[in-house]
Amino acid sequence: MDLLELRDVVKAYDTPEGARHEVLRIPEFRLAARDQVALAGTSGSGKSTFLNVIAGMVRPDSGRVMLDGQEVTALPEAARDALRARTIGYVFQTFHLLGAYSALENVVLGMAFGPGPDPALARALLERLGLGERLHYRPHQLSVGQQQRVALARALANRPKLVLADEPTGNLDPGNAREALGLLRDLCTEHGAALLLVSHDPAVLAQFETRRDFDSINQPGTEVRA
Amino acid sequence: MSVPLGTMFRIAWRSLRQHALSTWVTISSAALASGLVMAVFAVARQSSEAFEGGSLGFDAVLGARGSSTQLVLNSVFHLNTSPGNLPWKAYQEIAANPSVEEAYPYAVGDNYRSYRIVGTVPEFFTEHRMEGKPIFELPGDGRVFDPNLREAVIGSVVAHKTKLRIGSRFQPTHSLDAGSDHVHDEDYVVVGILAPTNSPADKVIWIPIEGMFRMDGHYLRGAGENFEAHAGEAIPDEHKEVSAVMLRLKDPAAGFMMQARYNKEGKEATLAWPIATEVQSIFQQISWVSRVLILVAYLVVVVAAGSLLASLYNTMNERRREFAILRSLGARRRTLLGVILLESGTIALGGALLGFVVYFGIMAGAAAVIRSETGVVLRTMVYHPAMLWTPLGMLVVGAIAGLVPAMKAYSTDVSRELSQSAA
Repeated sequence: MDLLELRDVVKAYDTPEGARHEVLRIPEFRLAARDQVALAGTSGSGKSTFLNVIAGMVRPDSGRVMLDGQEVTALPEAARDALRARTIGYVFQTFHLLGAYSALENVVLGMAFGPGPDPALARALLERLGLGERLHYRPHQLSVGQQQRVALARALANRPKLVLADEPTGNLDPGNAREALGLLRDLCTEHGAALLLVSHDPAVLAQFETRRDFDSINQPGTEVRA
Repeated sequence: MSVPLGTMFRIAWRSLRQHALSTWVTISSAALASGLVMAVFAVARQSSEAFEGGSLGFDAVLGARGSSTQLVLNSVFHLNTSPGNLPWKAYQEIAANPSVEEAYPYAVGDNYRSYRIVGTVPEFFTEHRMEGKPIFELPGDGRVFDPNLREAVIGSVVAHKTKLRIGSRFQPTHSLDAGSDHVHDEDYVVVGILAPTNSPADKVIWIPIEGMFRMDGHYLRGAGENFEAHAGEAIPDEHKEVSAVMLRLKDPAAGFMMQARYNKEGKEATLAWPIATEVQSIFQQISWVSRVLILVAYLVVVVAAGSLLASLYNTMNERRREFAILRSLGARRRTLLGVILLESGTIALGGALLGFVVYFGIMAGAAAVIRSETGVVLRTMVYHPAMLWTPLGMLVVGAIAGLVPAMKAYSTDVSRELSQSAA
């Protein structure tokens, strides 16, 4: 059984000119549990919206999203929030760490909305990622590569079944990018989580056995005047 | 799965700490509002009680024909000018009235360092009772003055302010206030310092009434012509005058008959009765001050609420990214709403608690000024319902003020904020 399935998902936005701009039209997309798939796509192709729809942060205009046996698109917002906290780990290009919290607190706070805070697990994850000496550092006191590792720890802390990574190495130099990507994939494997990564960086994409062109999945229509 | 309150409070607390300056300014503003409201209500009530208790258990005052308000202000509160004098005979007559339980003459006209000097009889201190208990106590070596000697008993405020002690000597100055430089030749010695009565009597210097009659430069006009007393010679009663006669009646109903006799049938004297009603009337005349103060206090509450709203609202823009991140981690909208309401509630609670410090500060300052000016002692530790409903009201105001920024947090568009902050 697939962990994730999208069928006939459409999402459009109103433009300032009063037209409807379709950004997503996904006839079908599937991802099996524990799979690691990289989607290649250019900027503005709708990759982030695609991930946000899967995470339940954006509701599609039509279509169905099934995640871990639940129809995300049929759930009310609070239930989608709960499902996201429990099932999904999200890694962003700009990490999106909370500046007022230490590395450890960032990870523990992420757990608070899911299964509950587990400082021991958060500490173990950060130590696993080589941040044992930086647990109480705030994000601005960490290097860019270290910040991304904190973000990885936060994404994996709730033992999610699916990790969504939106250009996770976009802000890293090639060395840090390679290392972060390796850690992300290893952690997903260790935790039994599937990984769906979107990127436009060929070097990142090249590291994945399964790569797909996002444009082949997404077939948005033309702009329609309202 | 709902988020534990502890987590929400930790998020709220972290934000308050992060914006420590703004948080403290807002808490201080809420504390000022809360403390001011409590203090205004407490001062208003205690002033009212002190005014009503200022009559020292007397039911009526007999004085020269004129305004009963002026008579009460002059004889009970030792304020304002004397409306004039009555012949000694009027005092004797009313003292002999079978309806009168107690009658004590007052004679005024001098001061010492702006504290009014009142001439009276020793029985005023030894016989007068309020609800069966003596009012005046002379602690330590103090005693009542000898009616035939130049001796004085002073109120507690006078003692505190002038540093006069038992055995100290002073010379009275002519006139009721400090506006004259005519210092009398007579030397008076302090023989007693009254324990505080929490009444205007505390700022009075009491001397024998005979001493007032015989003071250098005082003329008695009881017989219609000026009479100056001479040492060693008795003063005929027809020349003596009193400024007022303080009365306690055997039966309060007697006041009706006496009032009719003096105020309606007679033309020479005014009977202010009942004093409590006169005091209420005076207090009502100045009650607008309380109302203005209460209005100002409420305005400060409104300003504090606005300050709370603005301080939280102003952080909303910089915190939209934080809210979007929390939402991406699974935080519900109502969790964010709760966090902001907790923040506003914490500020309001801090303000309400700190408000008690402000309250005690204001009360201490007000008590010092009021005691110095009127002799009335405010009690800072006395409960007033405002001390309960003001902090509770501040919490409600805080919650209401937090609603606007809370709704802004509630409506955070996650995907837009995350994509904008990524750009």
